[in-house]
Amino acid sequence: MTTLRVDWIACDGRGLCAELAPEVIHVDPWGYPVIASDSVPSRVLPHVRRAVAACPTLALRLVEPDRPSERR
Amino acid sequence: MSGWDRLLPDSGASGELRDLAHHERIYGQLDLRVSRSALLSAIRDSGLTGRGGAGFPSSRKIDAVRAATGSGRGDSIVVANGAEGEPASDKDKVLLTFAPHLVLDGLQIAAKAVDASEAVVYVHEGPIVAMVASLVSVRRRAGVDAVPTRVVSAPAKFISGQESALVSRIEGGLAIPRATPPPIYQRGINRRPTLVNNVETLAHMALVARFGADWFRSLGTDAEPGTMLFSVSGAVQRPGVVEAPIGVGLATLLQACIVTEPIQAVLVGGYHGTWISVTGDDRALCDASLQSVGGRVGAGVVIALSDATCGLVEVARIAGYLANQSAGQCGPCTNGLPAIAAALSRLAAGPVDASLLLQLDLLNRLVDGRGACRHPDGTVRMVRSALSVFAGEVHQHLAGVCTATYHEALTPIVPSAHKSFVGASS
Repeated sequence: MTTLRVDWIACDGRGLCAELAPEVIHVDPWGYPVIASDSVPSRVLPHVRRAVAACPTLALRLVEPDRPSERR
Repeated sequence: MSGWDRLLPDSGASGELRDLAHHERIYGQLDLRVSRSALLSAIRDSGLTGRGGAGFPSSRKIDAVRAATGSGRGDSIVVANGAEGEPASDKDKVLLTFAPHLVLDGLQIAAKAVDASEAVVYVHEGPIVAMVASLVSVRRRAGVDAVPTRVVSAPAKFISGQESALVSRIEGGLAIPRATPPPIYQRGINRRPTLVNNVETLAHMALVARFGADWFRSLGTDAEPGTMLFSVSGAVQRPGVVEAPIGVGLATLLQACIVTEPIQAVLVGGYHGTWISVTGDDRALCDASLQSVGGRVGAGVVIALSDATCGLVEVARIAGYLANQSAGQCGPCTNGLPAIAAALSRLAAGPVDASLLLQLDLLNRLVDGRGACRHPDGTVRMVRSALSVFAGEVHQHLAGVCTATYHEALTPIVPSAHKSFVGASS
């Protein structure tokens, strides 16, 4: 199960992620990402990867199921 | 040693236990010659759990640090956490003031358990810093300690005692939380495996090392053995820190602090804790009994609310305080806690449209679990329990009626450093 994690300290609420992957990322009233589901469906993974790469504060991270150490 | 007074015996009340010789007369000398395996078995068999709030089994924490050492990360380091941020909690300060050598003994025991080369006592700024530092040098001269100990202080803020804030501060940074992974038992202070224990946990550990697991288990419940320091405040005549076995009856504990009026509810576990309504039964203060109402005994904070006081007014004040104590690092906490506090203030003042309750529910969900530390989650837990326990009063307030007859703010133990919040949130 691939999950999407937010580093809440790094996140500035720029909102790019929600524009690039609107299928799973919404924004709250203050502009911070709300991750819509626990796991990222594989069909939207390309969008999500783009969102992760585009985050200006590097606050988004994809956690692959077999590599939990990627959580840093 | 008999009775409930393990950590705070009568002879400690006058501060005599700060004298090392007196401490050794009461408890016996610290003996660090015991084998590590015997020590580890005693701690495991005692069933001791952390007294700082999380209640994690002490032996498992030790095992985790031991497993992380020896993988090229250097020696481990042990920390006594006495930086209770909770305004309604006084037990760390009371313990460090009246029985500091028990804590310092426990720190040495913990250091031995994980083979640490360094120990730190972490406390809030104030007179306790110099007092503990002087006792540390007394012990150094007396040759009591095997591992060198230093004292590090942090501002008296709610979140200073949070584990990643503690690591940051001891490394010389600010006492604010960090993004958490990896866990500090693997990579903590200066990337070394780090064992952090509450000061009360360490004091119990010092006694387990002396008197054994069976002695420790002779009080408390089978699942949650030992005694605990409860900080009791609110509608009691003699607020303060009371040592009692885990599982003590709520009514028994409150009576020890002298109750003279009917109590409608108590906040258990502190400002991140859970409100529970007080019924006729004498509810046992242990996790096994509290979990049916979503509560945990946590760090032993109990705040009593009398029938005459408005729970919603108190909750709004506490939420305002917690919003103020956010480190301001994470968006949902920085924005959400003030919004929750403001909504609660409107509810406390009444009358308001019932849609406010939907707004509150949404805000709670937007904050819960969306931060680097547990400050937002704990705040939401407390608020949700209040809305449920005071549901009757919520309905009255929507219509503009408050049933309280006593309108002074209930005053938990709020240190002077926190007093500004009283005006700010009302």
